[in-house]
Amino acid sequence: MPDPLVKIRNLHIEGRSDESWSPIINGVDLDLNKGEVLGLIGESGAGKSTIGLAAMGFTRDGVRISDGTVEFDGIDMVNASAAKKRALLGKRIAYVAQSAAASFNPAHRLIDQHTEGPVQHGVASRAQSQEDGIELYRKLRLPNPDQIGFRYPHQVSGGQLQRAMTAMAMSCRPDLIIFDEPTTALDVTTQIEVLAAIREIVEEFDTAAIYITHDLAVVAQMADKIKVLLRGDEVEEADTRTMLSSPKEDYTKSLWAVRSFERPEKPPAEPDAVPVVSVKGVTAAYGKVDVLHDVSFDIHAGRTVAVVGESGSGKSTAARCITGLLPPREGHVEFEGEAMPLDYKARSKEQLRQVQMIYQMADTALNPRKTIAQIIGRPVEFYMGLKGSALRDRVDQLLDQIELDPAQFRNRLPSELSGGQKQRIGIARALAAEPRFIICDEVTSALDQLVAEGILRLLARLQDELGLSYMFITHDLATVRAISDEVVVMKDGKVVDRGPKTEMFRPPHHAYTDLLLSSVPEMDPDWLDNLLAERGVDNIGDAAVDKM
Amino acid sequence: MSGSMIFLLGLAGIAAMAFLFRLAGQKATGDAPKFRDMSYGEAFGYMLAATLLILAVWYYFQPKVTEAGMANAGVVFFRWAVQGFLIFAAAAWLFRLLGRNVGTAWTRKLFRQMPLTASFGILVILIYAFVAIFAGAIAPHGQEEILGAANVIAGGDPALGGDPAYPLGTDQIGRDILSRLIYGAQNTVGIAFITTILAFLLGGTFGFLAATLGGWLDQLLSRAVDVLMAIPSLIFALLLMTIATVWAPKLGIPLTWFMIVIIAVIDSTRVYRLARAVGLNIVVMDYIEAAKLRGEGLGYLVFKEILPNATAPLLAEFGLRFCFVFLTIAALSFLGVGIQPPLADWGTMVRDLAQFINFAAFSPMAAVTPLLAAGAIALLTVGVNFVVDWMLHKSSGLKE
Amino acid sequence: MNSILRIILQRLGLGLLTLFVVSIVIFVAVNLLPGDFAELILGQGATPETVATIRRDLGLDQPLVLRYFDWLRGMLTLDLGTSFSQLNRVSNLGGGSDTTTVVEQIAPRLSNTLFLAAVTASIAVPFSITLGVLAALYRNTAFDRSANIFTLSSISSPEFFMAYVLILFLAVLNPILPSLSNIYQGMPFWERVEKSLLPALTLTLVVTAHMMRMTRAAIINLLASPYIEMARLKGLSPMRVIVKHALPNALAPIINVIALNLAYLITGVVVVEVVFVYPGIGQLFVDSVKIRDIPVVQACCLIFAAAYILLNLTADILSILSNPRLRHPK
Repeated sequence: MPDPLVKIRNLHIEGRSDESWSPIINGVDLDLNKGEVLGLIGESGAGKSTIGLAAMGFTRDGVRISDGTVEFDGIDMVNASAAKKRALLGKRIAYVAQSAAASFNPAHRLIDQHTEGPVQHGVASRAQSQEDGIELYRKLRLPNPDQIGFRYPHQVSGGQLQRAMTAMAMSCRPDLIIFDEPTTALDVTTQIEVLAAIREIVEEFDTAAIYITHDLAVVAQMADKIKVLLRGDEVEEADTRTMLSSPKEDYTKSLWAVRSFERPEKPPAEPDAVPVVSVKGVTAAYGKVDVLHDVSFDIHAGRTVAVVGESGSGKSTAARCITGLLPPREGHVEFEGEAMPLDYKARSKEQLRQVQMIYQMADTALNPRKTIAQIIGRPVEFYMGLKGSALRDRVDQLLDQIELDPAQFRNRLPSELSGGQKQRIGIARALAAEPRFIICDEVTSALDQLVAEGILRLLARLQDELGLSYMFITHDLATVRAISDEVVVMKDGKVVDRGPKTEMFRPPHHAYTDLLLSSVPEMDPDWLDNLLAERGVDNIGDAAVDKM
Repeated sequence: MSGSMIFLLGLAGIAAMAFLFRLAGQKATGDAPKFRDMSYGEAFGYMLAATLLILAVWYYFQPKVTEAGMANAGVVFFRWAVQGFLIFAAAAWLFRLLGRNVGTAWTRKLFRQMPLTASFGILVILIYAFVAIFAGAIAPHGQEEILGAANVIAGGDPALGGDPAYPLGTDQIGRDILSRLIYGAQNTVGIAFITTILAFLLGGTFGFLAATLGGWLDQLLSRAVDVLMAIPSLIFALLLMTIATVWAPKLGIPLTWFMIVIIAVIDSTRVYRLARAVGLNIVVMDYIEAAKLRGEGLGYLVFKEILPNATAPLLAEFGLRFCFVFLTIAALSFLGVGIQPPLADWGTMVRDLAQFINFAAFSPMAAVTPLLAAGAIALLTVGVNFVVDWMLHKSSGLKE
Repeated sequence: MNSILRIILQRLGLGLLTLFVVSIVIFVAVNLLPGDFAELILGQGATPETVATIRRDLGLDQPLVLRYFDWLRGMLTLDLGTSFSQLNRVSNLGGGSDTTTVVEQIAPRLSNTLFLAAVTASIAVPFSITLGVLAALYRNTAFDRSANIFTLSSISSPEFFMAYVLILFLAVLNPILPSLSNIYQGMPFWERVEKSLLPALTLTLVVTAHMMRMTRAAIINLLASPYIEMARLKGLSPMRVIVKHALPNALAPIINVIALNLAYLITGVVVVEVVFVYPGIGQLFVDSVKIRDIPVVQACCLIFAAAYILLNLTADILSILSNPRLRHPK
């Protein structure tokens, strides 16, 4: 067996916080052979990116390698001189960052940034490299490959930039590329073409790669083997198929199991029942531009309606129209059959109480200067007029409901809570108003999968206990599958498809729904191959959306 | 010409030393990363600093009296400066040590993380506050009391016509300079403090209202502030003070009150900008949206949701604004249109005594009093700025 | 290109509008003065006849709006009338052919002040930008920390404190430079530079501190951006990262820093000119304020405001021009 390309032994990395060093990575080993793709997977704070960068001999400011060795092709990357490392970086080891929009220099054209590496490393002349760049753009199926490189980064879309950055990483034909969550910021339909492009080019040049992501389904498509990390420790490593079919460790198993949560579907509401909330022909505009066009849907008692769509589809705008933050230009919103005033300022306290909201970012949804008891207590005091010990008891009861120990959490500040706990407080604040209807705006998308699952289970339980109705805004179809009764699909401010969940997930679909559904990566290593075979390489992603 | 020759030769010498220093470092440590990856510029910097340090030490130990028997005033002042710096540094260190061991757990933690500059700043602020509050008890004489012959040479040396009873001398009309310096703390600092509070009440209220309500009120206020800020503040203050000097005697209101209002209004525009910006950052937060949708009133939004989150930047801004107001008042007084006599005030004292700096070559003591008054202004603003700098650094560090 | 042109024209229009409103503010402020300018000018020695004469001369019998446009027209045509002190002398002492107009008073002063500002800028700008970039590159080192302490101290100190310390060391104890800036028309250039060097150094100290801190902050902010990390991960030399990747994006903030601080000079110049008895517009302004010479005060005020607005406008436009997003629209 030849020596591996990358050999990391007992890697310890520390980060600086408040004048002292605390561990980020605690002794991780890693081997990567030539032409092999390793998937690094873990939740936020697992240290995936830190290991990826350390493989390049690079640490960010305030982070240091405290122990262990990193060897690249036999070269000691920890102790190599700055000049020696520079000679390797870009030439033999390249990096593809999460946000291509921020990682391309806004002041230079794409092609100039592409040719910079090869010219500076003396690999190719400018003209050669430019020609090669255009060739790579063509291989990565960028539209208009002859000209796209002469644009500035802000003139090119996110998915295209991500591919241009992959081309740039390829410019010196490196032995190793680190992909640091390259598709996390992209919509599913865009993600798929970037995935296909990356995989194809890595295979073609037989480049070794470390692919960092938190998305299991994505890593299943990309990697030959997978390493699972948890808080700076390795959980386990195995080749992709083994890892997917028979994970050994409990943590890995629980990660896999998250996707299987699915609440039993409720029977459809009586046809003549009055919906709790009914959106009737709503058209709304920011300034002079219409962003919602004639949107209508109903939400019945005790049911969950998932509103699905990619960024910019108008799903959050619809929520703003229901709450009255953005009064519709046309149409109106009914609550239990009665039209509510369009502007929230004109609504009565009772109308405001009935419609509550849970937000995506729990960090910005809770006032950082208030204790948990104050945050949850305020709606109780405001709507119910409870005071003193009655108020306190109610707050404790609410904390019990969201499965947090009152004695422990009552007097804490939001900054002392984890992401999942904060989201639970957000739920408790909505419950405190004792509403009939709650809007959940991407409530799980900022959370790690295990935590997100807990939140979904909690919401499902509360719905059963309290008979709540939810409007569930999400871009994640796994979430839709887990919790919804009905689905509304939105695109460009219009409702393009809607119906009960079982119908929506069963063919035949509306064309866009189909595209959306089929673009969501599955935990099957052959999924991408099958999809490409089915659709054809030129008919995925934006190309497919544009054809509709 | 020879002066610049020496200078150039010195630079060349430092350049050569830098090269040798890096080489020696690499050899001596066996290519430790510190020396191996050191750029030439860095090595040059080290050598330059070392040279300056050696020069400073050499100058410090020059004799105080020249061979011709004249006082070597340059050395005297340099020694005072160095000694002053060391004393202040030591005091700040001791103060921090005290803070680390006395007080509640919270203050002790605060002092543990504090840089020396910040503890120096806090110490200075405390001393000024003490002097300002108890000026009447500390000062040996009244601020308006005319005591004796004028003698502005500090030190009270009878050989120079001084009187040991007045350690800093007496001004042109025979008032004790030390007492006037002490009362100056009360007047100058007190007036600046009142002005800043007024500016904050004005600017803060309107800024938060504009941020919370938005719409035409925001537009109106912001455009008005744009216009007011297009006139440099000291110039605007001088213009308005011209007008005030005519009104003040007519209305029988002291000019100082006019000055307080004028500077407060001008400065409130800056506070408005900050309060509005801070407010806008908070208003877009989801918890504000949640409160709005709950049906909360404006008062609750501003006082219970926005204000508690704005205290840190506002407090820092208060320090900066105070410095600015303080310096503006000092400048106005220095130009003769600020705090009016007979109130003792540092800016006016500098203006009255500045001419004596020209005699420093003959007697170093002659320059002491004007510089003390100007230095008193500088010391407080430096102190406040150090504290503000630390606060800003701390709050930006927490965000990371 | 079209859109960028439109933005710039918008800014220019906004600048002009601001200047217009500022002129109204200044005019109205001055007209808040109680009583009549005529009495103000003549003071104790006023007789009804002289008051009437001056009222007519100044057009004080006209309504306020008319007087404003009259004044504005005067401003635009550089006809600023005669200063009160001159009027006073004329009406009290008789005679009148040797009076100087406000323009004649201000013009040489303004050019002196601009000269001082130019000398200051040519020292301060390169010096402080270099220091600021160095402090950003070697941040949290001893150099950065001592630079921080030094700049904070010099920002905090009043201009006159810095001025007198410099006078003490560079003029009194070591007579290298003159402490009084008696500048006159037709002085040889280098002598003029020498005479204005001490005030220029004082201003440099104050402005350098501001500029350096702002440059440092801008560069640190820039160096933290992902594309700089990307450039380093491409194995480029530190020099190339700075010159090719940081500098083009640093232009806008640095231009801003320079313009803001030149604008700051306008305020600083007043005090410094008084300390060094430098015959500039700041000194004239303060003198006129003391004797309440309204036409001169008004004119100076408007000149200061115009310079301030112009500099901010320049900063605005230059940073628009250096923004690639605006230069190359989608």
